[in-house]
Amino acid sequence: MSNAPVDNGRRRFLTIATSVVGGVGAAGAAVPFIASWNPSERAKSAGAPVEVDISKLEPGQLIRVEWRGKPVWVINRTPRMLEQMKEHEGQLRDPASEEPQQPESSTNEYRSQRPEIFVAVGICTHLGCSPSFLQGGFGEKVEGTDDGFFCPCHGSKFDMAGRVFQSVPAPLNLEIPPYTFLDDTTILVGEEKGVA
Amino acid sequence: MFGKIIGWIDDRIPMTRVWNMHIAQYPAPKNFNFWYFFGSLAMLVLVNQIVTGIWLTMNFVPSAEGAFASVEYIMRDVEYGWLLRYLHSTGASAFFIVVYLHMFRGMIYGSYQKPRELLWLFGMFIFLALMAEAFMGYLLPWGQMSFWGAQVIISLFGAIPVIGDDLTLWIRGDYVISGATLNRFFALHVIALPLVIVILVFLHIVALHEVGSNNPDGVEIKRKKGTVAEEDKPKFKFHEYYTNKKDIVDAIPFHPYYTVKDIVGVVGFLILFCWVVFFMPAMNGFFLEAPNFEAANPLKTPEHIFPVWYFTPFYAILRAIPNKLMGVVAMGASIVVLALLPWIDRGSVRSIRYRCGLHKLNIAQFVVTFVILGWVGATPQTDFKTLLSQITTVTYFMFFVLLFVYSKNEKTKPLPTRLTK
Repeated sequence: MSNAPVDNGRRRFLTIATSVVGGVGAAGAAVPFIASWNPSERAKSAGAPVEVDISKLEPGQLIRVEWRGKPVWVINRTPRMLEQMKEHEGQLRDPASEEPQQPESSTNEYRSQRPEIFVAVGICTHLGCSPSFLQGGFGEKVEGTDDGFFCPCHGSKFDMAGRVFQSVPAPLNLEIPPYTFLDDTTILVGEEKGVA
Repeated sequence: MFGKIIGWIDDRIPMTRVWNMHIAQYPAPKNFNFWYFFGSLAMLVLVNQIVTGIWLTMNFVPSAEGAFASVEYIMRDVEYGWLLRYLHSTGASAFFIVVYLHMFRGMIYGSYQKPRELLWLFGMFIFLALMAEAFMGYLLPWGQMSFWGAQVIISLFGAIPVIGDDLTLWIRGDYVISGATLNRFFALHVIALPLVIVILVFLHIVALHEVGSNNPDGVEIKRKKGTVAEEDKPKFKFHEYYTNKKDIVDAIPFHPYYTVKDIVGVVGFLILFCWVVFFMPAMNGFFLEAPNFEAANPLKTPEHIFPVWYFTPFYAILRAIPNKLMGVVAMGASIVVLALLPWIDRGSVRSIRYRCGLHKLNIAQFVVTFVILGWVGATPQTDFKTLLSQITTVTYFMFFVLLFVYSKNEKTKPLPTRLTK
């Protein structure tokens, strides 16, 4: 070791330079740890489309299917349900479906490709609970409407097109997944092919 | 011979010095009352959680397919498995009971005030880590409430603008809560967070011993060097680390005086704790919720979902606000505002005993508010309860606003020069 006086400028430069290099290295080393929390390849590939047979779906009935681990509802809406939907439009947040919560083909007054068949992801847009289908019992939540969906977790309300009512915690209408009518009685949920 | 061994060790690690400095010759105020049980009880519960937790991992299977069945296996087939699990599940609730009482003690005696701000902050970080620990632990049995409770809490992060959806996906590691989520929560619950909590508890105690304990009078027992007459000093030997810097009055050594007193608290606590463990481990659905006895079903939300009781006051604040982002912000703020207490309270008198009448009323209303919020958050929502939760959300935050206002020029009672009783 020499006894030369300390060169403070050089020492400061070396301290800063090594700190920066060390910091970049630490940030780089953090990447695999953070990235490993993302969905794995297996989880990503599990999101394949599912076929639903609706030949036995009675008017007013709801069936649940699983797509990407989420509940998807398919409902055969009665003419009365479709009629009543127009009456409470003034109480909805987004009656004309302006928010992009549905594919192009379902951006219409019924939020569906065919008026009577309604397909939606049955997960509340508030905090992810699955709302209950109150068939004929929705009148006590919203007057003048017999049917709708009520989320048991935080009281959000949706109509028979999955449109959210005002002054509830959920900010958006229910999500409509992409789907295709393969024929009159079969729906493919998760993929939209050609013109419906 | 024994002395020789001690000497040999002391030459290599400061065993005797640390024992004396922090236990046998540590000066503690002589007037601690029952409120001072809860710190040591929290440590006892922490040890209980760690020991029973280690034993539970020996039979628990952290996978979506195996978790629920392995908990049933522990309950039915593993020898004393039921006891280990009930000690752990009851311990979780007991942890929050003693921690809430411990925090309340700090509030009424002003223990967060200068110079104990950092001590209070470490405590708040422990509280946060404890909430994360409890939340992740609750997913592990993979029951209906585990699943949907986690679904709701993770979705809270989705309220954050722009990055919210990607963030929730990253936390879950899947498009819904799945085995991937369960596995990572298991890792965090049994390794990461317990380590964090133990380190924070260590720092909490180091910070406590540096500034010294507050006491029910809120009067400092450490005085400026040379201001205390020799006959006023207690006739105990305290470690020179403390006596070199300050003159000390009205203190007793932590051991044996408070070690023995804390044992009384431990006995009382264990009587209540064991009564719950053996006779009502579910505590009428408050400690173990009924829907959690059914395996997780991603397609069906239970009719009513609530978090476990210790989260319900904050959950009620979330539900009170009919806007997703603002609800989440209000819930976060309700915890942040607690951490800021040392700076919100601008008074110089610590203890409720010598503060103004308004302060006493304010603390009383805060207690009532907290209990009502807890009840509202634990029961199904009705229009009346929504209104009630909105009122109590306001009164919750009013506690801090009022405190900030009146503490500046507060009419306080004269402080005693020495500790009373």
